[in-house]
Amino acid sequence: MRNSKTFIRMSGLGGQGVVTAAHILGVAAVKSGLKCTVNPFFGAEKRLAPTESYVRIAAEDIWERGEVLFPNIILIFHPHVITLGKCYTMPFFAGLQQGGKIIINADRPLDLREEELARLRGLDAEVYYVPATQVAVEAGGTALSTNIAILGALLAVEELVSQEAIRDAIAERFGGGKFVASGTTAVLDDVLKSKFDRLAQLIEKNMAVVAAAGGSVSQYHFGV
Amino acid sequence: MTTQQVVAPEYLFFEAERERQFMTGSEAVAEAVKRANIDMAISYPITPQSESMHLVGDLYAKGYLKEYFRGESEFAVMAAVAGAAMGGVRVFTATGGPGTLRAFEMFPTWAGARLPIVCAFLTRAVNAPLSIQPDTLEMAFMLDTGILMFHAENAQDLYDMVLKAFVVAEQTDVHIPVGVFADGFFVTHTREQVAVAPADLKLPPYNPYYAPVPVMDMENVPVRQMRDPFVMKSNFISYAAHASWQQEILAAQERARKHVRRYLGDLLDTEHAEAPVLVMAAGTAVSQSREAVAAARREGLEVGLVKLKSLRPFPREEVRVLARQARALIVPEFNRVGWLSREIKSVVEDTTKVIDGPRVFGGMTMPPELILAQIRRCYA
Repeated sequence: MRNSKTFIRMSGLGGQGVVTAAHILGVAAVKSGLKCTVNPFFGAEKRLAPTESYVRIAAEDIWERGEVLFPNIILIFHPHVITLGKCYTMPFFAGLQQGGKIIINADRPLDLREEELARLRGLDAEVYYVPATQVAVEAGGTALSTNIAILGALLAVEELVSQEAIRDAIAERFGGGKFVASGTTAVLDDVLKSKFDRLAQLIEKNMAVVAAAGGSVSQYHFGV
Repeated sequence: MTTQQVVAPEYLFFEAERERQFMTGSEAVAEAVKRANIDMAISYPITPQSESMHLVGDLYAKGYLKEYFRGESEFAVMAAVAGAAMGGVRVFTATGGPGTLRAFEMFPTWAGARLPIVCAFLTRAVNAPLSIQPDTLEMAFMLDTGILMFHAENAQDLYDMVLKAFVVAEQTDVHIPVGVFADGFFVTHTREQVAVAPADLKLPPYNPYYAPVPVMDMENVPVRQMRDPFVMKSNFISYAAHASWQQEILAAQERARKHVRRYLGDLLDTEHAEAPVLVMAAGTAVSQSREAVAAARREGLEVGLVKLKSLRPFPREEVRVLARQARALIVPEFNRVGWLSREIKSVVEDTTKVIDGPRVFGGMTMPPELILAQIRRCYA
């Protein structure tokens, strides 16, 4: 009953910007004239606890809400989502639609079990790796831009929105525009702002992260 | 703060040109409060809650409210809100889940004192085991408190219903509290497009002298509220007064129907109401049902959708008439006890038509596929 819409599940750890990444992607989608809903999910806020965001993007109306149970795209912000099961869904690719895509933040391919790989093969899934944290540190000068690196990798794999739309969304999110930050997120935002000093620089660095991440994505071939 | 102009409620709700903004449900609450000409808000902004009362605090800082403070618990907040309303001001607060239960004694107290308080209930799971995720269980407990209950499907509903709640609550022939309910996370934390009226417009101020009960002022000093109630005496007159007063609260709910119809459009919305199979839902269960109904109709299955917007007053006659021509009523719910199917069964003539479920609870998302599977079973 789906496929005409892009359903994205982002799984990561508290503090990695999973909620913020979804917010930025959502604003970019709306700025591109698409319909979009963004829905984060987490428990009592704490660092490193499982955190998920769900982004639904479509040309037509989107009604359903809550967790994305049948994603086309899964973004894994940290290897621990998979290796320690820090995830609201087990296994991490549960519900992935046929031909779906998975992007994992890891320096090298994870040691997935043969049984998992067999299921991914059965789904005709495309698995990509990107060293997002490393890219964020090298191109952006801070691991806090890991979430932006993941978005950069996403755009390289699936052109959902333009880089310009992402730039506008980042400017809106960090430019003192209208948004709700929780107490914890506000502290992280301040850290970010002091690190980048000025908004313009923040945007340019993050766009450099987007570009660098796009060039660092590699598809993982695991047999047919 | 923007300088605001008072406009007629009808203009603010139906005529003013709206701008679409991408916002969360919590932000939609704040946008409604901004235009509601509220005197005072009192908050207990702790998890599990939403950002709404924090955002209302920001509005106070910007000058949109005359007074704002934090209480020491949900019970304290609801009691303080009652005091504010007795004092004749327009007051707002919000809570959810365990907070609702902690404050519970105050809700029938509000209704009994004829206080036109508007409270947003941003529903969360209730223990145990511990969960702070979305679940509408607390609404089951709220059904008989005497307050009016609207259930928002999305952030747009939440914005509209919070604003309209003040106007319904403050009608002289109603003058009881309104709870605007929205599912935590699924509405409060979800960002979506919401069309809002210009921020420089606001509702007319509350006039406490339209109240059907004496207002607390220098003629009716606070001590009279405590000294004079019949309940302080034990005799036939006090019992008779108490009994008739409880019926008067229910009568006020009945009299609210015409105002709910006028401002909310109706107590329920229907799509393909003539279909032999109807999905009846409230809150975000409606959103999930929309996907399922659309998919079923693509398969050629005749199915319609009924969205209940007002639960108190309950659309008794409307549901009874819809049930008469249908052969099955599917009632998907985000709670364990199935309070909506109980409500529906209490008004339909043939309760065997009511299908209890699907239901999910404790924070789970209801896949539209579950509802679709139930629709298909009705045609198997």
